[in-house]
Amino acid sequence: MAAIQYEAPTTVEDAVGLLSKAKGTARVLAGGTDLLVQMRTGRVEPSLIVDIKKIPQIRKIKSEKGGFRVGAAVAGAEMSEHAAVCKAWPGIVEAFDLIGSTQIQGRASMGGNLCNASPAADSVPALVAAGATATVAGPKGTREVPVEKIPAGPGKTSLAKGEFVVDIVLPARKAGTGDAYLRFIPRTEMDIAVVGVGICLTLDKSGTCTAARVAVGAVAPTVLLVEDAAKALIGTKLDDAAMAALDKAVQAACKPIDDKRGTIAYRTKVSGVLARRAAAIAAERAKG
Amino acid sequence: MDDAPHYKFVGTRPIRPDGVEKVTGRAAYGADMVLPGMLHGRVLRSPHAHARIKSIDTSAAEKLSGVKAVMTAADMPEIPNELAPAGEMMVNFREVSDNILARTKVLYDGHAVAAVAATSPSIAEAACKLIKVEYEVLPHVIDPVAAMADDAPVLHDHIFTEGLPEKPSKPSNVAKRIEIGTGDIEAGFKDADVVIEREFNTAAVHQGYIEPHACLANFTFDGQTTLFCSTQGHFVVRAICAKVLQMELSRLRVTASEIGGGFGGKTVVYLEPLSIVLSRKSGRPVKMVMSREDVFRASGPTSGANVWVKMGIKKDGTLVAGEAVLKYQAGAYPGSPVQPGCMCAFAPYDMANVKVVGYDVVTNRPKVAAYRAPGAPISEYAVESVVDELAKAVGIDPIDVRIKNAAKEGTRAAYGPKFGPIGYLDLLNKVKESEHYKAPLGKNQGRGIAAGFWFNIGGESCATININEDGTIGLVEGSPDIGGSRASMALMAAETLGVSTDRIKPIIADTASLGYTFLTGGSRTTFATGMAVTQAAQNAIQQLRERAAKIWDIPVEAVEWEDGFARPTSSNAGDFEPLSIGDIAAKAGKTGGPIVGRAEINAAGAAPGFGAHICDVEVDEETGRVTVTRYTAVQDVGKAIHPSYVEGQLQGGAAQGIGWALNEEYIYDKNGKLDNPGFLDYRMPVASDLPMIETILVECPNPNHPYGVRGVGETPIIPPMAAVANAVAAATGVRMTDLPMSPPKVLAALGNANGGGDD
Amino acid sequence: MSKYHVTTSINGEEVEFLCEAQQTLLDVLRDELELTGSKEGCSSGDCGACSVMVDDRLVCSCLVLATEAEGAKVETIEGMADGDQLHPLQQKFLEHAALQCGICTPGILIAAKALLEKHPDPSEEETRYWLAGNLCRCTGYDKIIRAVLDTAAEMRG
Repeated sequence: MAAIQYEAPTTVEDAVGLLSKAKGTARVLAGGTDLLVQMRTGRVEPSLIVDIKKIPQIRKIKSEKGGFRVGAAVAGAEMSEHAAVCKAWPGIVEAFDLIGSTQIQGRASMGGNLCNASPAADSVPALVAAGATATVAGPKGTREVPVEKIPAGPGKTSLAKGEFVVDIVLPARKAGTGDAYLRFIPRTEMDIAVVGVGICLTLDKSGTCTAARVAVGAVAPTVLLVEDAAKALIGTKLDDAAMAALDKAVQAACKPIDDKRGTIAYRTKVSGVLARRAAAIAAERAKG
Repeated sequence: MDDAPHYKFVGTRPIRPDGVEKVTGRAAYGADMVLPGMLHGRVLRSPHAHARIKSIDTSAAEKLSGVKAVMTAADMPEIPNELAPAGEMMVNFREVSDNILARTKVLYDGHAVAAVAATSPSIAEAACKLIKVEYEVLPHVIDPVAAMADDAPVLHDHIFTEGLPEKPSKPSNVAKRIEIGTGDIEAGFKDADVVIEREFNTAAVHQGYIEPHACLANFTFDGQTTLFCSTQGHFVVRAICAKVLQMELSRLRVTASEIGGGFGGKTVVYLEPLSIVLSRKSGRPVKMVMSREDVFRASGPTSGANVWVKMGIKKDGTLVAGEAVLKYQAGAYPGSPVQPGCMCAFAPYDMANVKVVGYDVVTNRPKVAAYRAPGAPISEYAVESVVDELAKAVGIDPIDVRIKNAAKEGTRAAYGPKFGPIGYLDLLNKVKESEHYKAPLGKNQGRGIAAGFWFNIGGESCATININEDGTIGLVEGSPDIGGSRASMALMAAETLGVSTDRIKPIIADTASLGYTFLTGGSRTTFATGMAVTQAAQNAIQQLRERAAKIWDIPVEAVEWEDGFARPTSSNAGDFEPLSIGDIAAKAGKTGGPIVGRAEINAAGAAPGFGAHICDVEVDEETGRVTVTRYTAVQDVGKAIHPSYVEGQLQGGAAQGIGWALNEEYIYDKNGKLDNPGFLDYRMPVASDLPMIETILVECPNPNHPYGVRGVGETPIIPPMAAVANAVAAATGVRMTDLPMSPPKVLAALGNANGGGDD
Repeated sequence: MSKYHVTTSINGEEVEFLCEAQQTLLDVLRDELELTGSKEGCSSGDCGACSVMVDDRLVCSCLVLATEAEGAKVETIEGMADGDQLHPLQQKFLEHAALQCGICTPGILIAAKALLEKHPDPSEEETRYWLAGNLCRCTGYDKIIRAVLDTAAEMRG
């Protein structure tokens, strides 16, 4: 039996060093709500676990340039308690808050949700819609990456050996902008999203949509940023015709699979329904 | 009811005697016990749905440091492949043994093939991975209808369909055909104005107890074995372990741990014989605990089924004929609950013409275990759905159709017996008069009702009442307390003896300390063990009167027992101060020694349980989500000994039934592997899924029980599936005939899904 | 196999233990420290029977590595009563018959205590969502929710 090594470095540099030099499978531990389950079921058999929570900035939310720098290990419960983030990005907070139970909320992190690279990760469509970026630290220094570039497929990321996500940057919210995230699950809690839709849109004073980003989860190997769906909204007052066009564009972009959580037909149909409903909520928020 | 007896303790709500232990974390459940030198056992399970075991090589596992014993079926005694008596039933113990550890073939994903005991759980797990099993994979079959086809893969060469006019020439997956009926079914349908027939499918569902199976065995070299385990019946565990391991009963002492839920699923033996053998081989105590994945893959569930129902009604609402064909999965070995399914199907109705045919079908799934009113929820879901449609077809309120056709005292059920006093009609009227039934509904909402019937059973129970020297009472019984039964026992003893419950301490004795007591199941505990407790208390009273007579030096006939005191029957008997139990106990040494009341009975006269539920749902027509917005369970409970725990049975049964109706299901992939062996994707209701569950208790006492008890635990899981389906039909106009009514199925049925895609 | 040495506080008492890296806090509480009040129902964070507080946050102890408890403050069901004085939630659970088999009870009590510390006056809906991570298969949740709401009312005075 190979023993697992556990390390809890206190600096980003030390964490990068450990991850870079790891011989077998190395895993970053933030909230652990995915990693521990994967270890228990044998899906992941790491030889090294790097617990990043002792790195001071990794558990902090900092206001920055009108937006926020959210440490990769900030737990959902901590973010929901941050009044300024809740006010600026209610859709992101809701999405993050939907992940699991109160107990999971006490641990699950945004960095973990992103890097676990599940197509159904709740926080990711909301982050993509908001245009969030991730700060990646690695042997060659740090780089900023749009969040949608991190997941590369189910369970796979674009991160190189030795790299990990240090924080996620939520941009400043522009005037007249609102975001929302909705997901469908069979129960009211505790399920993985069958479909999730994050929408961020901007309205001018007349109520016309001037900008929009529509991201859909659990309908493809990675979260989809659906440009045609955004186009369906931009230039409209989100009337019934625009909503119908949004619904259609989202459905057209879906490439889901049949599995125990949903069927192709169901996921496709419901993605359009959720897009309409999320757009309506985002618009209300945009109006302030 | 004016003539209802007045009780001082029965019907009150004291705090349960085991409560403090359970709210402070001190109560010892199956996995909580530790012995010095204890090892940890693990089971290696089949990754295949159906395969021949060609070889098992355990040598590498045995060599791993920390491994103390490895076992395969070669370590289990050979058992003849034949039916043998087990209590009042016949059981094939070869099949029982094969299910515990596969011999020649594995028959389902998760079937146990080997077991290991090691000094730590992680070493035991590593050792399991070192066991090399060579399999020859065979074609498998999961669906019961597919398993009945002529060209289906056959699981067992020794099963030839029973119940046919002639013994068939070749083996089959259909273990048994049964038929029950009464009247003339064809004539009945001719008499009907409207006939409706429907086909239904229900998914296999798990009991879902939160505590995984767990046990701790300690075999000593002289063959004495103690076993601590989570079970609904430790005497039954002893009997089965002794049978499959060919031990004498006296050498196996089983103690029931506190039990973290069972619902029928902990009436079966899985780990216990393995832990005994591993303890024997290693010479050390061995604890075994299932993972949640093991629980789903290898224990429970109840049958999934295919059910066809045809019923006829007259314009005036009279039900004239009911016919059904039930095909129930048994899992890997025969023994689905299709028989009770057949017997219960039409039992709530006083209907002249009934025919029910049932098939017990083996499939490559875990062998089904009892689950709360085994078999009845499936057949009654189908029948109650059709009754709802018939009521609509003739334009009569569904509650009135049920009232008009309700079984009552004297009605002969299609399966044979005549009902005694039952409160069914009374409770249907309570449904009709309830505020809930008349409440207005909102947009996209609908209301459904459905009825349920279950037999309830009696059986063997023992009880001892130890009168302690200070007059307090030790109540010894043998029914594991799965939901508050110690409180009911204390209440019945208190009522009989005339002392308050806080003077009575109930315990559940091990198999060496009390006579045989059948398991906690069949809604029998408060009825049968309660009857034993009452008789033991009466026996103690008799002795207390004798002792008082001795103290007073008067004949025992001149002493009566009232409100916890011995008193002279009249002033003629003499002028004596009443004696309390404490007074008499203090002098017991001088009047003949310790005072112990006892009873050993086989309780007859269990009375059936009838119930009806009202369910409101709201349907999101764009997503297919069904939300239960209001729910009321109404039941004839005989007499509620501790009403809070009776209400709890109704509420819990309703919640399980709602889960069965909406989201719970076993999902298999194309290779016959269970695809959702965890709480994440086996979607049991969470707190936010449910409304409050209102209850209405109707009390029609069972004349065969000293306090009127009839079983209450199982009936409440029967009505929910049809109540939900009928509510969905009322809200949407769509009749759901497949369980669970999960969002994709509902949306497809609503005709909204593009391409109608559903599974 | 080398083990990790962890110093932590459990129910107000400093505790040291040795553990393997893959052992969870639940494994150590139950198997090493004999604090078996926290129950293992699933090992995947789906049932809540192992709920404990770590540094004032409600978590599933099956989803926390034991090594992570270094320097932390852990609170379990064993520390909920004050000597022989039950916590008001424990008392109300008994009075309302809010447990049947009782296996989920320790986890639900810990979760409910965390709720009332954060929201002294929760609505029924808030209570149901807060407890959605605690499965109970016996009660249908009705009496549990009533017991929590009644405790909240009593504690508010």
